[in-house]
Amino acid sequence: MHIWRDKRTLFILFGMPIAQMLIFGFALTNEVKNSRIAVLDPSKDQYSTRLVERISASNYFDLQDNLHNPADIDKAFKKGDIRAAIIFPEHFMDQLLHSKSVAIQIIADASDPNIATTVTNYANAIIRDFQDDLLNNPSYPYTIQTNVRMLYNPQLKGAFNFVPGVMSMILLLVCTMMTSVSIVREKELGTMEVLLASPSRPGLVIAAKALPYLFLSIINICTILLLSVFVLELPIRGNLILLMAESILFIITALSLGLLISIITDSQRTAMFISLVGMFLPTLMLSGFMFPIENMPKPLQIISNIVPAKWFFIIVKAVMLKGLGLAAIWKETLILFGMTAFLLLVAMKKFKIRL
Amino acid sequence: MRTILFILEKEFRQIFRDPTVLRLMLLMPVIQLIVLPMAADYEVKNIRLVVLDHDKSTYARQMVSKITSSGYFLLDGSMSNMASAMNEVEHDRADLVLEIPADFEKNLVRENNSQVFMAVNAINGVRANLGSAYLSTIIRDYNESIRLKWIQQPRSNPEPRIETTNSNWYNVHMNYRQFMVPGILVILLTMVGAILSALNIVREKEIGTIEQINVSPIRKHHFILGKLIPFWIMGQFVLTMGLTVARVVYGIVPAGSYGLIYLFSSVYLLAILGLGLLISSYVQTQQQAMLISFFIMMVSILLGGLYTSIESMPVWAQYITRFNAVSYFIEVMRMVVLKGSGLRDISRHLYTVMGFALVLNTWAVLAYSKRQ
Repeated sequence: MHIWRDKRTLFILFGMPIAQMLIFGFALTNEVKNSRIAVLDPSKDQYSTRLVERISASNYFDLQDNLHNPADIDKAFKKGDIRAAIIFPEHFMDQLLHSKSVAIQIIADASDPNIATTVTNYANAIIRDFQDDLLNNPSYPYTIQTNVRMLYNPQLKGAFNFVPGVMSMILLLVCTMMTSVSIVREKELGTMEVLLASPSRPGLVIAAKALPYLFLSIINICTILLLSVFVLELPIRGNLILLMAESILFIITALSLGLLISIITDSQRTAMFISLVGMFLPTLMLSGFMFPIENMPKPLQIISNIVPAKWFFIIVKAVMLKGLGLAAIWKETLILFGMTAFLLLVAMKKFKIRL
Repeated sequence: MRTILFILEKEFRQIFRDPTVLRLMLLMPVIQLIVLPMAADYEVKNIRLVVLDHDKSTYARQMVSKITSSGYFLLDGSMSNMASAMNEVEHDRADLVLEIPADFEKNLVRENNSQVFMAVNAINGVRANLGSAYLSTIIRDYNESIRLKWIQQPRSNPEPRIETTNSNWYNVHMNYRQFMVPGILVILLTMVGAILSALNIVREKEIGTIEQINVSPIRKHHFILGKLIPFWIMGQFVLTMGLTVARVVYGIVPAGSYGLIYLFSSVYLLAILGLGLLISSYVQTQQQAMLISFFIMMVSILLGGLYTSIESMPVWAQYITRFNAVSYFIEVMRMVVLKGSGLRDISRHLYTVMGFALVLNTWAVLAYSKRQ
């Protein structure tokens, strides 16, 4: 009843996940495109202009500036305008044709190392292509051909990785926040006494608190899945019922976490602080969708195991994108079950102590 | 002036009366700042590879050992059939399968042409793309070395070659922490500031004390100022602790000046707190305030340019980021801490955020007075 009475909250609850899925589904990609670069080309001969044209024509780069002397490079970087600078030597074509070797320098702004590496790789690849075209002799003897097949996501769309990630993040945070506030709010307003004085058992009170949110979240799951399929064009290759069941399990995990927070805190402010400031970044960074877990140092890999979103992220990828069945994800499912049971148990215990 | 002092006293008392929130506010950012930056490495390495070698020839073995010694790949094991290799990929134990067909060596020697097959888990498209590109490069290099062995005659007329040299400025060792720590600090500061201020006025509404303030002779802008200043001071304090952690734990000393960071943060905090107060004066319950600030936070953090690059986003999303104060501060941090940019370099960012602060706070004052 509490929930339906509050039309504004309800509107926010349903509208928010939709807006977020749309924004992030389209905008988030860890591809690096349109990087602004500057070129310093003192030779300006036929070859160097061709190479510059080729670089700026690719959609990885956006030619921002033609520099005229080396002192400008530092200035351009400091203003934050460019990601990389490509420096040609003088007499580029002459050197290439006569001394058979010429050097180009690529300077990347490594204040963001991830982007610097990628940008340098792209630039190198374009230059190598250019060189191959110049050589123009295709048939080498003893050639090993490599045939690459991209599984699950042949067009290499960013959404395939980000949608399951954002989905687990939104579900976890929204569910936890909503429930974490619910009980503590009654405490603050004083209505908790009324509930406790009533003959209903504490377990029932807790369940009654969580149920409406479970219902709301199931509606949210449905809209999120509809959006991913029809707007973001993701496939659901596995069993839809299995996917729904796993999602509901995950929601219950999140709700239990919220209940626990709600029971151990005594003001809405504290509850929100824990569930938002305390959980936002760890969920974002340790669930594996932003940064690969294999790259993390060992202690962090262990910590990442307690982030529920990590397990749900694996499950969604497996069921939705790889089309696997329960046999492949029983371990992750079991872990989520275990977490839920543990959280509920602790919540019950703490709740009784307060009686 | 005296009214403001009284309001300040009230606000500070309220903050210090609730030690749990105070502790959380100070401890949580510090702990997260110490732990989380280590997770932020998305360099493509440790690619788990399964090799299906049907040929088992010298060449095939040489090629595989060349791949494993490159450092990018972790050899997960050798499988004998495709089905069990795909099973590894399905269970997320392998990222990439390399299949070397039977007669690999024979075809290469007799028919001058041989093939290998790769299957890549492409759910993370960028990782798949780079991983397969690394593998192809290694195979091409290996190919080159075989060729040189077979074609014995020295080349009289070498092909023209373009050499590239790469240099990485401002962060020579490509240290991720140098970049992530200041960025994460900005995010933590933003969350603490926005949430505290967003919950503030609405909390008084819920408890009912707002009525008392409304009937007292306090002017609206005094009230808003009284709310702003304590949080502003707390924000600067959180920033100071964060910079200390960055320096002591990670050894990050800004190439530019601390003064510049504080100058920017003082304007920035006004903007963020203004946003929080604005939310606070429009909603009725703390729950709504929290949901709205969560929404705004999540959009501005994920689109802030720390995790993914802004230039790669579609144009409409880039327009959103222009109104995103978080992305300005992250960029300024990066410029000042890593590149040593000066006041003139960041002036554009400073003026923009100043504009945000002005608009948001004026709006907050107006929105508040309407409700009286």
